[in-house]
Amino acid sequence: MDELAVTLIGHDRPGIVAEVSGALADLGLNLTDSTMTRLRGHFAMTLICTGGAGAGAVDAALQPMCADGSLLATVREVRPESESLPRGTPYLVSLHGADRLGIVAAVTRVLARSGGNITDLTTRLVGPLYVLVAEVDLPPDSADEVATQLAATADELGVEVTIRPGEMDVL
Amino acid sequence: MQAVLGDGGEVRPVVAAPDPVLSRPGERVDPADPKTVALAADLLATMRMSPGCVGLAAPQVGVAVQVFVVDVTGHPKTLTVHGAFALCNAEIAQASRWRPGREGCMSVPDLTGDVKRAGQVVVTGQVPGTGEQVTVTTDAFEARALQHELDHCAGLLFLDRVAGAHAVHPRKVYR
Repeated sequence: MDELAVTLIGHDRPGIVAEVSGALADLGLNLTDSTMTRLRGHFAMTLICTGGAGAGAVDAALQPMCADGSLLATVREVRPESESLPRGTPYLVSLHGADRLGIVAAVTRVLARSGGNITDLTTRLVGPLYVLVAEVDLPPDSADEVATQLAATADELGVEVTIRPGEMDVL
Repeated sequence: MQAVLGDGGEVRPVVAAPDPVLSRPGERVDPADPKTVALAADLLATMRMSPGCVGLAAPQVGVAVQVFVVDVTGHPKTLTVHGAFALCNAEIAQASRWRPGREGCMSVPDLTGDVKRAGQVVVTGQVPGTGEQVTVTTDAFEARALQHELDHCAGLLFLDRVAGAHAVHPRKVYR
């Protein structure tokens, strides 16, 4: 069965999640994985849902919320992704420093060149302070080299970077 | 404490959420009851059969009672280690030095969560078989494992304690 990928971005106000999830439930759609946060005050939600209704029906159901221009919704049919096995080892990269152009590009370029795959990422700009936290799967035995390259990149950018194992314990 | 934990327990199937038994507070048990002793032995055998497993509580094998086993021997994050032991009707007497950490659980196989746990605990409980009342003072990883198993005995999963809306993660199986 195809899945629907829905994004909603716009002016935050109480009740958006309840209205969106209500509209999906009314269409018989099961909201599976979702994430929502506020990005610089904007409401931002991404979700996957499954069920019988098509993208057109969902789009129509969300239009009343978007009619005044305060919210932008997109709905797309997507093929289900297979749960591919990650290869490598999880690491957590954190960065902070004075904001400047290209920090994310420079840091993620280092990770990409080494074959690292980012699985989670947050960036925040608060006043002059820029913060990046990324979870990345690195290929075996590449962490030392990545750490060296990240340190060099951090020097060029004038920011602080740390990389450490993303530890998890089964209890 | 190890003395009563002989071999010969049977491996039982581990239940996974959303099985309601995991969310039911466990009943207190009679530690001297042969059924309690057998259950503790089964928990130990099941834990031993599960790679990487350092603790198992009775609700995880479908029995909503306050019995668990723990063995963190050899784990790199341990400081104090008491080896393999089982406790009945255990309670936390003291907890301090709270620290965050990411946990997984055999009964929630596809997720992990960021949970704050005390890095220093004093736990009281009874040894299955003799019923002897014991006090376990421990820290670091053994303290975390004890709190995780105590939660199971109280009908709680790590999901009930996650630190925030973005503190639940897909569990990755690394090859």
